[in-house]
Amino acid sequence: MRRLLGFNLLTAIVLGIAGWYIGWYAAHAIVGPSIAYFADVDYNELSIVLAYLGGVIGFLIGLGFLNYPFARLRGYPPSLREKETEGIGRYFGLCTDHKVVGIQYLVGIGVFIFVGGINAMLIRIELLSPTHQVFPAGTYLTIVGIHGTMMMGMMTSGILGPFGNYLIPILIGARRMAFPRIEALTFWLLMAGGVILETTVFFGGFPTGWTGYAPLNTQSNPGMDCYIIFFALVGVSMTLLGLNMIATIVTMRAPGLTWTRLPIFVWGVLTTAILMVLAAPVLIAALSMALLDRTIQTSFYIPSAGGSSYLYENLFWFFGHPEVYILALPGFAIVLEILPVFARKPLWGYRLAVAGLLGVTLLSFFVWQHHLFVSGINGDLRPFYMLSTELISIPTGFTFLCGMMTLWRGQIRYSVPMLFCLAWFFNFLIGGLTGVFLSDVPSDVTTHGSFFSMAHFHYTLMGGLVFTFFAAIYYWVPKMTGFQLNERMGKIHFWWMFIAFNSTFLPLFAAGFLGQPRRVVTYSESLHFINVWVSVSAFALGLAQVFFLVNLVNSLVFKRVPAPADPWGSKSIEWQLPSPVPVYNFTKIPVFSGDPYGYGEAGGPVAVPAGAPAGRD
Amino acid sequence: MRPRTWKLLGTVVAVAVVGVLVGLYVSRLTTEAGSPSYTVPVKTVNGKPVVDLTIETVAAVGPELSPSHPDYVSYLIRNTEGKWVRSTVWRLPAHATVHVTIYNFDGASGLRNAYLARPQGVDGNVMIVDGKTLDVISPDDASHTFAVPAYGLIVPVAPVADDAKNQCGYAPCALSTAHRTIQFTFHTGNAGHFRWQCFVPCAAGWLYGFGGPMQTIGYMDGFLNVA
Amino acid sequence: MNATTTQAGPNHARRVIVAWIVLSLILTPIVAIFLGPHIPPGNGSEQASEQTAANTVITAIVTPVICLLLVFFLYTLTQFRKPRGAALPDGPPLREQRTVQLLWVVLTSATVLFLAGYGTYELLQNGSGGGQGPSPVAVPSGHKLQVQVIAQQWEFTYRYPSYDGLETSQLVIPADTLIEFHVTSLDAVHSFWAYQLGIKADANPGVDNVAYLKTKGPRTFSVHCAELCGLWHGYMFSQGKVVSASDFAAWVQQQQQIFSAVKQYMPAYANVYYPDPQRRAG
Repeated sequence: MRRLLGFNLLTAIVLGIAGWYIGWYAAHAIVGPSIAYFADVDYNELSIVLAYLGGVIGFLIGLGFLNYPFARLRGYPPSLREKETEGIGRYFGLCTDHKVVGIQYLVGIGVFIFVGGINAMLIRIELLSPTHQVFPAGTYLTIVGIHGTMMMGMMTSGILGPFGNYLIPILIGARRMAFPRIEALTFWLLMAGGVILETTVFFGGFPTGWTGYAPLNTQSNPGMDCYIIFFALVGVSMTLLGLNMIATIVTMRAPGLTWTRLPIFVWGVLTTAILMVLAAPVLIAALSMALLDRTIQTSFYIPSAGGSSYLYENLFWFFGHPEVYILALPGFAIVLEILPVFARKPLWGYRLAVAGLLGVTLLSFFVWQHHLFVSGINGDLRPFYMLSTELISIPTGFTFLCGMMTLWRGQIRYSVPMLFCLAWFFNFLIGGLTGVFLSDVPSDVTTHGSFFSMAHFHYTLMGGLVFTFFAAIYYWVPKMTGFQLNERMGKIHFWWMFIAFNSTFLPLFAAGFLGQPRRVVTYSESLHFINVWVSVSAFALGLAQVFFLVNLVNSLVFKRVPAPADPWGSKSIEWQLPSPVPVYNFTKIPVFSGDPYGYGEAGGPVAVPAGAPAGRD
Repeated sequence: MRPRTWKLLGTVVAVAVVGVLVGLYVSRLTTEAGSPSYTVPVKTVNGKPVVDLTIETVAAVGPELSPSHPDYVSYLIRNTEGKWVRSTVWRLPAHATVHVTIYNFDGASGLRNAYLARPQGVDGNVMIVDGKTLDVISPDDASHTFAVPAYGLIVPVAPVADDAKNQCGYAPCALSTAHRTIQFTFHTGNAGHFRWQCFVPCAAGWLYGFGGPMQTIGYMDGFLNVA
Repeated sequence: MNATTTQAGPNHARRVIVAWIVLSLILTPIVAIFLGPHIPPGNGSEQASEQTAANTVITAIVTPVICLLLVFFLYTLTQFRKPRGAALPDGPPLREQRTVQLLWVVLTSATVLFLAGYGTYELLQNGSGGGQGPSPVAVPSGHKLQVQVIAQQWEFTYRYPSYDGLETSQLVIPADTLIEFHVTSLDAVHSFWAYQLGIKADANPGVDNVAYLKTKGPRTFSVHCAELCGLWHGYMFSQGKVVSASDFAAWVQQQQQIFSAVKQYMPAYANVYYPDPQRRAG
């Protein structure tokens, strides 16, 4: 019973609810009668916002995030660790062990992606028929909005959260991240945000989709505030996560680990982190202004009062385009990291691959207006942005070249992680080439806002990122948990998912070309067959993920076959440590003498983690 | 019990909990912001179907008919027992003549687009307001519209004067309170699913008057299910 | 050196490249001639034809890329598979080859720059049917019929300034005419998408978005809203017509009769409208 008292998840939920009510009543006390339109709309807008903010603050206090600052204020000595060795309870609270945070992220993101996936299934149920309405038209828009927003918000940290947090210190030979408490904070902010987004159904939902355009967002039900607060929390989480990664990678590399010996995955995390730190604050700014427009009636985005809807569009997409590269780059990095292991060859063109990652990072800030080609931006801008968008496919191509040449003349094994990485080439090729259509302005006039662009980004994001997400899971879960995942079930999952995924999204290019706009609940009768086909395939795709969960539970809960320290025969440093990795990673800080891709070259592993025995601890 | 049995039990419980949560979520979404469907009774005149549609528009729908949104403007329809119900999804017969009577208890808000101030898509492109035949009203006077864009049907609804005596508070509004009567006739065609909406920015407090009740089925938006 | 197999290096590369070139030479003309011209949006207007041409060119360029990756992967994934068995031999330690990198960078850059150049050239003719904002740069020459598209929640209406500010709820335009659309909105952001005509221009409140269209022969076309604008976004569609000049004149006459009743209340034709106030009282 004593264990329940103290700063843990239960306390956090209780204080969160208390904070909610405090915020709610504070807002009523402050602004009750002074803003007349609150009475007209039957909501006190400000109270909802302050209630959520109060709830988040209460939640974080309950978890214990203020303990350390207060302790330092009272004169206690500095410390980098909290609750690092206590057993299973540490996964449910504030823990500064980066490996615990990594696994928390994996499970937490998994739960919310499951919710996003349910919403996707509901969308496809609605689109089975162009005339019959399963959900009321307004609710359908909320479902579309929750699906997009949840997926984007969660998958932004989809690789850096679980795998960045778990692996970066190990890969660079450190014992922890640069800012362990902030690391834990990024996770809990994301979780709080996810819950807040789901509560939008109690406030009437939001009709804007994940892009949240003004002035429609000013006009919406209070459910819109849930979206705004969720994305703002995601923005804060992203900024802090990126900051932490950059600080760790730049300052905490072990001796001998020069920039040219860094695993390509670490380069991918670094470039993604740079994008996060530079782009996310713009989102927070855009959303704050939207919140002010909604609550205290400013007019940043309202043209008839001096604002402009273009302001929101440009601010959002200035964030939004780097955002999609935040989603894509980790995928590139994982593919290039895993391919050498299963082709038994060094990563071909290491410098070119790094140049590709850096090129994408730099260029991604110069292309955002391609989302706005027909929106009435000045005509002079369109050729420039068409050029810059076309140019960004050049560094993207470097990843393809390096991956392909790594496979060339190798000794290829088709293990499950490798299968997912190979599928990446297929999916991202289609996604990337259809992006060429969209970047060409005349072609974009046909396809903007249609299912073509929707299929394009599902191919790059789901076909690119989510496939590599699964590759990373199958590759690293044995290291993280110490148990193997069933290989045969993994292969069934792969083929099921790959076929269902392509069957779902390939026809949508045709639907878009034939004129079906996005986010619409009805469509022309001639597209009925395509939509039924896509819906059935989508259900199969959903079932594939259920099958994956079955494999996961079976392997990790029931079968529990211990995994060797190095099941894949990789030369990377994390495989020289026992599975799961012990609490402080290394007994002695390793010294690096090369990169982890020394296949076919003389010499053993590239680092010497003295005192680390092989096999399960 | 053996550890394996505990695990099995735990997994079953977890799956059941997830299933229940998903079920609750989906059912919440299916019933959120919808409207019950109302089948309008059909009579046959000279072998053709004829329908009488009697609806009213009120300034505030009241806690009885909408506990969560008592201050929303709303359309109501009168059922066969003479009671006003809040339903905006109506089943009508195909190829029928529809005589519509609208009782309006709400004041003027004004049309954003003056073009919508004249009746269109109705017989003679005219409407009868309090017994007088009109082919246009001043757009600033428009209180609501009844519009079915797929039919090209637009009918602006004349307002109750701001200084009228005995105005109705919360719905359901009795005919003894201040109101205007608007009548018109239109024809349904083939079977289909046609949305109708109000075009006047009458949602008080929302930006551009088009939020809240103007974007919720069951208040100022609905469907004609022609079958 | 750990390479345990005796595969002849140059042979593989030559095989792949030859197979790629042959496949591309076969498929690209087939795609360009038979598939490309059928890619939407078709030939309903000059702009739609331009877009179909652009789509054809891009598809033709994309075909060799797909062929390359197809050939490469089919070859690599079959030829270089590790033989069955428990042994885990290493492959040859190839880390880079400057010529391959240079060739790839040059080829991809050239392709991409060509596409950007071609797209720019096409775009600057007349805007390719996309909205160009209030001061368009790609303006076709000749007399233009001005048609204002007013987007509101949730219907499009159309005003013809050359017919005394006539407003209608159906879009009817004459054939073989150059049309200058002025797209604006009264409330939220919408997008005017005339699919068969290849026109798409966002409707922003307070902004006059100009797009150019040259119609061909008489036809019907569908108009959809292509930007999420609220509850009835999915139902914000209608049918428009391109009719002969005489039919157009007759239609205008008929519409003006209907319009005459409400004409006295209409505001003067303007490029943008700022309806006021913002928060209506019920």
